[in-house]
Order: sequence, then C-alpha cells, then structure tokens
Amino acid sequence: MSTTPSVTTAAQKDSSQVRQKEMIARHFDRLAAAPDSGARCAYTFVPGNLTELLLSFDVLPVLPEINALQSAMRGKTAEYIAAAEKLGHSEDVCTYVKSDIGMMKSGNIGPTGQRLPTPDLLLLSYTGCFTFMKWFELLREDYHCPVAMLHVPYQADGRITDNMRTYVVDQLKNVVIPKLEEVTGRKYDEDRLRAHLARSAQAEDDLVWVLQSAKNVPSPIDAYFGAVYYVGPIFSAFRGTADAVDYYRELRAEIAERIRQGKGPVTPDGEVERERFRIVVEGPPNWTSFRQFWKMFSDEGAVAVASTYSKVGGVYDLGFRHDPDHPLETLAEYCLGCYTNLSLPTRIDLLTRYLSEYRADGFLINSVKSCNSFSAGQLHILREVEARSGRPGGFIESDLVDPRYFSAANIKNRLESYFQMLDQKRAGAAS
Amino acid sequence: MGFLPIYVPRELLHAQGVLPVGLMGGRPDLEIIKGDAYYQSYICHLPRSTIELGLNGSYDALDGLIFPAICDVIRNLSGMWQMLFPKVLVHYLDVPQNFDPAIGGAFYRRDLESLSQALAARGARPLTADALRQSIALYNENRRLVRELYALRRREPWKVPTHELYVVLRAALVVPVEESTPMFADYLALTSADRSRRPQDQARVLVTGSFCEQPPLALIKTLERAGCYIVDDDFVQVHRFIRSDIPVDGDPLQSIVNALLTDAVASPTRYIADEVKGADLNQRATDSGAEGVLFCAPSFCDPALLDQPMAVRAVERTAIPWTAFKYAENNGQFQVIREQAGTFADSIKLWSGA
Ligand code: SF4
Ligand code: SF4
Repeated sequence: MSTTPSVTTAAQKDSSQVRQKEMIARHFDRLAAAPDSGARCAYTFVPGNLTELLLSFDVLPVLPEINALQSAMRGKTAEYIAAAEKLGHSEDVCTYVKSDIGMMKSGNIGPTGQRLPTPDLLLLSYTGCFTFMKWFELLREDYHCPVAMLHVPYQADGRITDNMRTYVVDQLKNVVIPKLEEVTGRKYDEDRLRAHLARSAQAEDDLVWVLQSAKNVPSPIDAYFGAVYYVGPIFSAFRGTADAVDYYRELRAEIAERIRQGKGPVTPDGEVERERFRIVVEGPPNWTSFRQFWKMFSDEGAVAVASTYSKVGGVYDLGFRHDPDHPLETLAEYCLGCYTNLSLPTRIDLLTRYLSEYRADGFLINSVKSCNSFSAGQLHILREVEARSGRPGGFIESDLVDPRYFSAANIKNRLESYFQMLDQKRAGAAS
Repeated sequence: MGFLPIYVPRELLHAQGVLPVGLMGGRPDLEIIKGDAYYQSYICHLPRSTIELGLNGSYDALDGLIFPAICDVIRNLSGMWQMLFPKVLVHYLDVPQNFDPAIGGAFYRRDLESLSQALAARGARPLTADALRQSIALYNENRRLVRELYALRRREPWKVPTHELYVVLRAALVVPVEESTPMFADYLALTSADRSRRPQDQARVLVTGSFCEQPPLALIKTLERAGCYIVDDDFVQVHRFIRSDIPVDGDPLQSIVNALLTDAVASPTRYIADEVKGADLNQRATDSGAEGVLFCAPSFCDPALLDQPMAVRAVERTAIPWTAFKYAENNGQFQVIREQAGTFADSIKLWSGA
C-alpha cells in the first residue's frame, strides 16, 4: 500500500545481539555436554519459570516452548508436527506441544543443531495455561523422570490474594525445593537464590527501560517483533545471571543511543526510517514466517510500540521486580503475575492503557489457533478495547509453529486494509 | 447459582439455601446468533452457546455462575462473564492440582470459604456445619442412586438405555436435590421392574472424553442404534465426580475438601501425580465389562484431546479395542459416526463370538 519505502538501511548486528548469541551458544554447549559433565537439567516453561531457583541448584533450564519456536524459525516444525499427529496427537491442540514431541521423536536436536539432554526433572510450572500440565504428563511417559508440579492459581478477580501466595509458597517449600534437592543431591541455599534474584531485578529494570523507550516518537524499538529478542534472555535460561545483567545494560545503552540519534527500530531488513503507524499488539507472533510477518509491518512503516506477548514471561512494566529479601514470596508473585495468568478484564485494562501511554494509532490482535489461553476471548477483547480507547482494532489469525495456518496473502491483505483504514482515519481527523 | 462443568461442591451451595443449577452449553437446536461473534472457529462450541444463553436471557434467573478451573476456555469465559453480566456473582473455582491436604487442601478450603462468604453477601444463609452435614447426607443419597443406576446399566444395559439415563441425569442438574433423588429412585425402580426390556446382541462400550461439552442426545442414540451398549461414560459427570460417600461426621467442609483430593475421578482436567496415566480408565473398562472404548471428545477440547494419546496408549496395553471420533454439541449429522460405531460394534461382536 505505501509507496515510500519505510525500511531503507541495511541491517547490522548490535553488540548486544552478538552477546546474546554467544550466551545462547554457551548454554546449548553446556546442555549438549551435560551427559558427560554430569550437569543436571530441568525442562520447564517460560511463564512462571523459576530460573533463579534452578540456577541456585546449578540446574540448567531447557525451555520446550523456545525450542519449538526456534524449530519453526528453522523450518522444522511441519515435519515435527506431522510426526506427532501420526502418533495420535490431535490436529486441534497446541502446536508447541506437537512440535516438541515430534522433535523428541526425531532425536531431540535443539536449535543449535546439538542434541538436548534428557531431563533430570520436569518442572511443571502450571502458570497461565492448562496445556502445560498435559504437555509434561505426555513427556513424562517418554522420559520417565521425576516431575515437580507447581500449580499457580489464576488471578480471576484481577488480584493476587494471600491464599494464592501462600499456596504457591507452600508448594515451593514442600514440593519443588525438596524435588530439586533430591534430583541434585544438594541442599537448598537461600543465599545463592537471593544473589540470583538481585541480579534479576537489575536486569528487569533495564528491560523495562528498553520496552518503555517505545514511548518515544519515533520509537527506537519494535516492541513486538524486536522485543522477542529483547525478552529472550530474561524469559529463558538467563534471568538471574551476570550475563543477563550485562546484556540488558548493553542493550539499554544501544537504545539510548538510538533515541539520541532519533532512529527507528532495526528489523532484519534494515532500519525503519519512517514511522507511519504506532501499533499495540496482542497475542503471540507466528514463528514459521516470522520475518515475512514482520516485513508486512515494517514495509508499511508500522511499528509495534507495545505488546502483550513480551509480557508472557513477566509483566515487569507494571512494577514487579524479583525481591531478594523475600525469595519464595517473590517467586510466587512472579508466577502469579505473568500475562496469561491475568483475567480478561485485566488484559483489557492493560491494552487500553498501552494504547494511551504509547500514543498508539491502533491495536492488532494476532489470534493463534494453538493457544486457548491467549485466544479464547480475544474477540471480546477486540470490541472492549476499541470501545474504551476509541482506537481501531484489527484482527488476524495464524498459528505459532504450524505453517499450515499462516496464509501470507490473506494476512497481508488484512494488514494492508487495516493500515489503510488508519490512514483514512488520520486524514479524516486532520481535515 | 449456575455452574459449568465438571464439578462444584453442590452441598455447600445447598447448605446455604442456594439452588445449584448445572449448565452444560446448548442443545443442537439452539440458534447461535451472538455467541459466534465471541469465538474464533477453532474454539469448542460450549462457550458460544453459554454466551448465547446468557445474552438471550435464559440465565436471567441465576444470581451468578461458578466457573470451575478445568481449561483455559472456561477460565477466560469467567472474565467475559464478569464484564458482560456485571450484576451477577462470578466465582472462578480454582480447584487445586496439589493434592496434599496441608497445601492444596488448605488452598481449596479457603477458596470454598470465600465462595461461601460471597454467597452470604448476596443474601444466602451463612454456612453452618450442621446444615452442611445435612446437605452432604442428601447428596450422598443422590450420588448413591446414580451409582446404582450405573451399576444396573453395567449388569443389564438393556434395562438402562443411555439415552434415557442421560436425560434423567441432565434433568437432575436443574432441580433441587430433594426432587432429583426421588426421580432417580423412581427411574431405578421402574426400569429394574420392566420385564419388557430384553437383552440384545450389542457390543459393550465405554465412552470417554465427553465430560464438558456434551454430545447431542441424537449422537448417544446413534451409538446405541449402531449396536453399542454404553456401559460407562463421562456424561454429566458432576453426579459421579466424587466416587463414594462423603463422611457426615467431623468437620464437614474438610470432608468436602478431602473428597476432592482423594476420591475424585481421574479426569483429564486433573493432574495425575503418582498413578499411571490411564490406569483409572482401564480399571473402569474392566469394572464395566467393556469390550471396547470409544474416545468421544468435543472438537477443540484441549483437556480431552491432549489426554487422549496417553489414554489410548493405556488402553492399548490391554486387549480392548478402541476407536475415536469428535463431535460438537450442535452436530446434526451422524452418518459417519454411525458407520464408524457400527463397524466397531460389529468387529467386537465378531471377535467375542470367535
Ligand atoms: S496453549 Fe498457549 S500458553 Fe499453552 S503451551 Fe500452547 S502456546 Fe503456550
Ligand atoms: S469442551 Fe473442553 S475446551 Fe471446551 S470448555 Fe469444555 S473442557 Fe474446555
């Protein structure tokens, strides 16, 4: 639709990106070496992950969701999903699960091409999604390893009650920690945990600064597609590490420099030189055509200035920080506060708030077939947020890692019409 | 108070003078006018009919709804209900997945106490131990009769056709326990005494996966007409979710809590910690003398469909054959299912004859 290219300069890697790549490579090297080194590893989920606790036991985290999305970016998920469906997994269920199972059945080769170790523990943190529970029940049948279940109640009334907090802390004390002690043969060391939590809080401060930098006009970051990379370390194996602290400090400095220079976000195809639309995005991205999907935005000069997906591993911008003075309570609060554990009214409030705080022109929902946790209710969200904010919402449908559900032409059409409508609205308001 | 599948402790509501009303979505003939505008095509049907019935005034008599924590769809529906019907009580019953009485039990107890207080704040009687004991006793009797009906169906399935039993169980969701208990007793007495009901050459099957969104009655009839005796099932499971009597002595609220922790069915919506997945299903198949298992889940039902590969593996460890199909509550055509179930029943009969 737009005739003036919005993306012009060639993309180059920032040093934070290089650092992140190295961190990931080192982590997967350690995982690949685990069978020989004797290092323990736990499979666990992004929302409600207990990385600091795992690190305090020297346990290496493996995040199957991240493996699935990485597999999608490498074009592997079609075959993995087909393998899982052949084994009887329904076409109707979450494709992360099927991708993971297909990957396991195909040799468990991780994103770096190295074999992942089998888990010593499945840390089933049941936060914000029912599917997690079934996922690890399924994996347990193949891995025959211990499972630590942490049931995190849902914030149905939009707040964390004492009952919820106590329940989670009780499980941490009586289920999760004893299981980690059993698996590692080590005693729980609260001082180590506190040290990790202190580092988490430091990194979280910088992450929030980075995400909120999108309040600038033009925004120096893309807070949906670009943010996927920014949240990577803190949502996965690195929260609570010195590496993460360094990464976020470096990233912050880079973004500060972009603001100083009045630059827009970097995309894989170059920099967005002309910010035409500021958009808030709800829902996870599609991973099989991630670059193509992003390009549909950046070609139009559409920049995501806030997203909910970048909060699935923690809604830090509302003020939560890991608190080393209350180690177990803070882990409980963290688990309870992840985005998909929030009630629908709270999600609507948050989106409405983003639209005004980030001076967005509108919002888009990418509704993924896989994920009832995100998707059930999104049409209601669409109407409510439109009504409250007075800004137009768009709705597209795709999937996380199943390429069969990414219809590029269809999505492109919808996006173009949506941006056209924003343009017309703007023209109407100006006249 | 309305409640969604699968289970709420109806005794608690009853003890406070509240009528529990079981809601299970809509019938196939319910025209969905508004509900579809709330849900994408890849979400099960129950929430759209529930919204439809809410918006068309069918639930106006209810003072509120309880949403048990069984899946993300019902979970998110609770938030939509808060917004669409701000005047009614909306309670999300977060049933624990930790079954230690001191942990999950304590959490659940406090959750029930908050439900009880919310009901009292809306005019229900405050909860007393004596009233709760009486309610437990009434529901024990109610559940006992359901167990008897299921036992009779296991012994003489021709006496208790499932399409009849199902209607009786559904009716019991919307009347007081004082009425449903005699209704069960009457049905039990009448059907036991009915000598005109004679055995037929049908295959005994266990139907599983239909614990939330319900199949249309015509689907149940289709299975029966295709040559199946349904000897166990997951339909209208609230009546059997707690497997035995709840003690009436001691602390009655704690007894309700303990019943959920230790005596509930191994539903796909509950975390199975130490037992083997599917062991319960196999036990049910053995107990009911099932010759085949029909996996019969609603389309897009996460708990049922994610569970199914594990349940299938468990069934395959026995010699019992199985088949699987999906449905939606508004399906009107059953030709394919009739053929599938008919072939399945024929093959069972063939092999059992051999
Ligand atoms: S259903 Fe959604 S939240 Fe749950 S595992 Fe799948 S993608 Fe993640
Ligand atoms: S049918 Fe399944 S997915 Fe749908 S509301 Fe019921 S339990 Fe949830």
